[in-house]
Amino acid sequence: MTGQDQTAANFSLNGISVSLGALDHNTTLLNFIRASGLTGTKEGCSEGDCGACTVAVLTPDASGKPKYQAVNACLMLAGMAVGLEVWTSEGIGQPEALHAVQAAMSSAGGSQCGYCTPGFVMSMFSETYADHLEFDEAALVGNLCRCTGYRPIREAAHALPKPKANDPFFERLNTSSVSKSAFSVNGFHRPDHLPEALRLLETLPNARMIAGGTDMALEITTAFKRFENLISLEGIPELLEIREVEGFLEIGAGVSLSRLETELRGRVPLLDELWTWFASRQIRNRATLGGNLGTASPIGDAPVVLLALEAQLVLSSIQGERTVPLSDYFLGYRKTLLRTFELIKTIRIPIENLGTINPAHELASKQYLQAMYKIAKRGHDDISTVMAAFHLEMENNLVTKARLAFGGVAAIPIRALETEKTLIGQVWNRVAIDKAKKVLALEFKPISDARASASYRARIIPNLLEKFWLENTGVNA
Amino acid sequence: MKAVGMGVAHESAKLHVTGTAKYTGDLDMLDVLVAYPVQAIHARARVLKLDIAAALEVAGVVTVIVESDIPGENNTGAVKHDEPLLSSDVMYHGQALAWVIAETDDAARAGAARIKPQYEILEPILGIQNAINAHSYHTEPLRILRGNPDTILEKTTTLEGEILVGGQDHFYLETQASLAFLDEDGCMVVHSSTQHPSETQAVVAHVLGWARHKVSVQALRMGGGFGGKESQANPYAALAALAALKTRRPVRVRLTRHIDMQLTGKRHPMLGKYRVGFDVTGKLEALHLEIYADGGWSLDLSEAIVSRAMFHCDNAYFIPNLMVKGFVCKTNVTSHTAFRGFGGPQGMVLIEDILDRVARAVKKRPEVVRELNFYNENSLDQHTTHYGQTISDVRIGNIWNTLKTSSDFENRQLEIENFNASHPFLKRGMAITPVKFGISFTTTFLNQAGALVLIYSDGSVQVNHGGTEMGQGLHTKIAQIAAQTLGVNLERIRVMPTRTDKVPNTSATAASSGTDLNGAAVKNACEILRERLEHVAAEMLKCPSDEVRFENGFAVHLKQKLEFEKVVMKAYLERVSLFSTGFFRTPEIHYDKVAGRGEPFRYFAWGASVSEVEIDSLTGMWHLRRSDILHDCGDSINPLVDRGQVEGGFVQGMGWLTMEELVWDDTGKLRTFAPSTYKIPTLADIPLEFHVSLLPRATEEKAVFGSKAVGEPPLMLAISVREALKDAISSFGGLEVKLAAPSTPEAILDAIEIVKDAAREIVMSL
Repeated sequence: MTGQDQTAANFSLNGISVSLGALDHNTTLLNFIRASGLTGTKEGCSEGDCGACTVAVLTPDASGKPKYQAVNACLMLAGMAVGLEVWTSEGIGQPEALHAVQAAMSSAGGSQCGYCTPGFVMSMFSETYADHLEFDEAALVGNLCRCTGYRPIREAAHALPKPKANDPFFERLNTSSVSKSAFSVNGFHRPDHLPEALRLLETLPNARMIAGGTDMALEITTAFKRFENLISLEGIPELLEIREVEGFLEIGAGVSLSRLETELRGRVPLLDELWTWFASRQIRNRATLGGNLGTASPIGDAPVVLLALEAQLVLSSIQGERTVPLSDYFLGYRKTLLRTFELIKTIRIPIENLGTINPAHELASKQYLQAMYKIAKRGHDDISTVMAAFHLEMENNLVTKARLAFGGVAAIPIRALETEKTLIGQVWNRVAIDKAKKVLALEFKPISDARASASYRARIIPNLLEKFWLENTGVNA
Repeated sequence: MKAVGMGVAHESAKLHVTGTAKYTGDLDMLDVLVAYPVQAIHARARVLKLDIAAALEVAGVVTVIVESDIPGENNTGAVKHDEPLLSSDVMYHGQALAWVIAETDDAARAGAARIKPQYEILEPILGIQNAINAHSYHTEPLRILRGNPDTILEKTTTLEGEILVGGQDHFYLETQASLAFLDEDGCMVVHSSTQHPSETQAVVAHVLGWARHKVSVQALRMGGGFGGKESQANPYAALAALAALKTRRPVRVRLTRHIDMQLTGKRHPMLGKYRVGFDVTGKLEALHLEIYADGGWSLDLSEAIVSRAMFHCDNAYFIPNLMVKGFVCKTNVTSHTAFRGFGGPQGMVLIEDILDRVARAVKKRPEVVRELNFYNENSLDQHTTHYGQTISDVRIGNIWNTLKTSSDFENRQLEIENFNASHPFLKRGMAITPVKFGISFTTTFLNQAGALVLIYSDGSVQVNHGGTEMGQGLHTKIAQIAAQTLGVNLERIRVMPTRTDKVPNTSATAASSGTDLNGAAVKNACEILRERLEHVAAEMLKCPSDEVRFENGFAVHLKQKLEFEKVVMKAYLERVSLFSTGFFRTPEIHYDKVAGRGEPFRYFAWGASVSEVEIDSLTGMWHLRRSDILHDCGDSINPLVDRGQVEGGFVQGMGWLTMEELVWDDTGKLRTFAPSTYKIPTLADIPLEFHVSLLPRATEEKAVFGSKAVGEPPLMLAISVREALKDAISSFGGLEVKLAAPSTPEAILDAIEIVKDAAREIVMSL
């Protein structure tokens, strides 16, 4: 810890060093940027759904190498940017000297009213400097435009050339030194090792942990809460590891979903599928698995997949560590067995459950079936009406293991244990499915809300099992 | 170089992409105060006590604006004076009862949270059917009648039904915003994100109790409007002005997204009740249609909106005997308002739904029955609308045939049938639907516009007009019109922010009329100036003035050329006036509301679209596979801008009809007041194959430079998506597809179950 050295609480905004000074640590990066006179970054919703506040943050990746990340400035606190570089649409080009992304958007008719445009530009900017060749449209799903119908924006994005070697923003990827080192200013604390975080949690008054902040910042921006002390978990190496050890894939609770998306691509098919439907690129750049589990929302998507994969959690406090099955973790609506002063350190998934080819199970007689389904009013970047993830194991066409996990059907993410029992030991066929669907139809009592009626939820729960069957009958009828 | 007809980028594009385009909420001033509302927690109530003392104790709170602070008329109503700015009568959930004015947002919010009004709770009227039951209406019913529908309906095959079409939040990315301050004369200046600066000026003036000449309103640019800032920007401008007057400091009112969605009106939910008669071929013989709109708590523009729904309940079809009645229901929700299409879309959804049902009843493909019923200008009696307007230029036949060919409609229909036969639970559907949309304000006197064009002695030009820029590219087109008319390059033209002290008594930028009206007024002003300059140039070139042409920045006679700025300087020295107003009034239009007869529209805009969808019949989830559009913009003034309007309107309409669901609970509280619960389309929701063309060789003689209005009509191209979903659902059998609007996955699953049940009954009865 560097103590109360306020001069250390700086970050770079469009290439100029700015200091948090005596700023209230609950201030969002968006409000900080706008108060500094840069009004190009807009507030469209202040809940991370519209993307008008998107900025690019040069941030270290797992290996410490800088990388541009598009983030929602409305859900990032200014303190989280300390040690990093923040770029806005005003900083990357000027009307008379446009950045390539800006030139493409402007000439393609990509802006009409222009209010969402700076956010689109910064999403596109970040994606342009990513180290893959094709422009990934997923980078733009978190930016809402109400005017254009998106076609010119999509075309502008695909027509973008890759940056040249002498592009100054490209060069920064090799020359900038950004890091999430320890600091503490006002009520915002970023420790750099786990014991220190746990100590602060116990000793600071009314301290709350915050990782990416994509859910917790909503308490500031829409419920107008103010936190006395915030302990950022972003600088703690113990929470940022991904490794395979002793039959488990271990994921640090503070690893961003984007990192999982890229580093685990192809390793966990259910997660690969999940990211397509999970929030937006801006959110995934900041959100963590620990956060998705920590908020214990009944409609969180990741817990459902993790339940199907039989994940475990390592919980840590000053008293020590304990490992619990995820299925025991959720106690009730937004209640978990996490104790005061305890945090989620690691998510562990048995490697044999990952669903990818595994030498031990390549026997022809043994098969895995996995699928996940997210049901929502809008396919992308919506909150689930119902979420389901299924994992089935079969030997010689007999179901040996079944894990059917659901979200949005009860007060907690939950497994359909009765239905699983019905399936185990059965031949994987129409008769077994019909029987299981009947049990499943009665297993939950979903509720009505603004997203859908209880009746709709009740109908699609067994339908998802039917879909799973139909999609897989070709494999194993 | 030609300016009109070029696909030049939006005039502010470079400012947009660099974040340097300023919006009303971005404007900063020394000592500016901000506002936050105290909101009602009941849909209908009387406030018994409103104690503001606790708010005033909060550090940073400067004052609280309450009803007694209003020096003038406590009213912001656009048409009828039924909208108090502040009132103890609670008319809808979330209504602002007082506004806390403070140094910071935090202080204003904290102050508002400390005001706890006491209420006498009353019973609200919620939903259209409850309003009908309670006879709760804002106005007398409207009606248009042609022929003898009731007699014919007794003699022919008929179907009866009801369709509820849901509303839509505008979801302009920039929420309502105003900044007001007193100028050096003690007069009020208001910067407002408004589509109607003149009305904003009028409302501010009468709330303050001032003459209008003491109030200036500027609309710089809007971050989207879509009709939502036609009348509903006014209360926030008035509030800002009121607070500025009381505190003698600048005041900014900028609504958060949540509060914007809770306070502002939306597209009207409308209920259609119909009885339709048709012959064995599917040709319509008679229609009796009643349209009930949920107007919300005040009238706002609802009567004109219902009128437009009635004018458009024919869409592109000739209905020989037609009675349409319109009702504006008074309910305890936000006051529903203008939204792109202004009632037209709801009327057109109704008739398209009806035609689809008629087609299934006569066992024909819907597109065949649609085509059969088109207006036909070659048949003497089949090109007059139910309100008596003759359609002189029916373009739908050409558009329809061209689009069916270019979209490979028939082959794809076979592919879809094969796919549906082979897949156990995914089903595809495709539909083609037409658009005919009447252009002009149906309130005739609004069809006027003014301009003020200033040429400076260096040859640079400022153009002022009454229209506002909300992203639709109006200022870009205006600059093109001015450049073309003066014969100069676009760089010379600067279109100014819209101000009430430049052009007075303007109409709203609405009804797709922005370019038609203001473009014509600007053209008029530029022609007056050009004529003056022709005389000056003629003297300089020593030729007759009618032989001088202005083009590319030069006055030209035969092989002689003079720079524009030289002619301008000479004119100045000769004491020739270098500024002019311009004016335009749309000729020939008229409408008698009582008789339901007239020619309310100058012309019609046409279009058609084909959409193909795929639904998952186990979940109701769906996606749009492909859309093809052919749309009539006349001779496009700017194809880049116009294509943007077509595509943007289509996607916005698709959102309205499919995923954008407004949910009010049974206490009248809106449950979908944020993008987390109210879902507009994203980039991932548009079709991978999206083919959009503008109709070629489409000159419209009745509008400026042969162009056509394009703001609203394309929204209704999205009806093809809804009808395609119904086509996919119909693959399960049944004679009628009852699909709710919006067609959320839940609605699609419901509709599938209904057709499956109906198909089962048919089989059992055989």
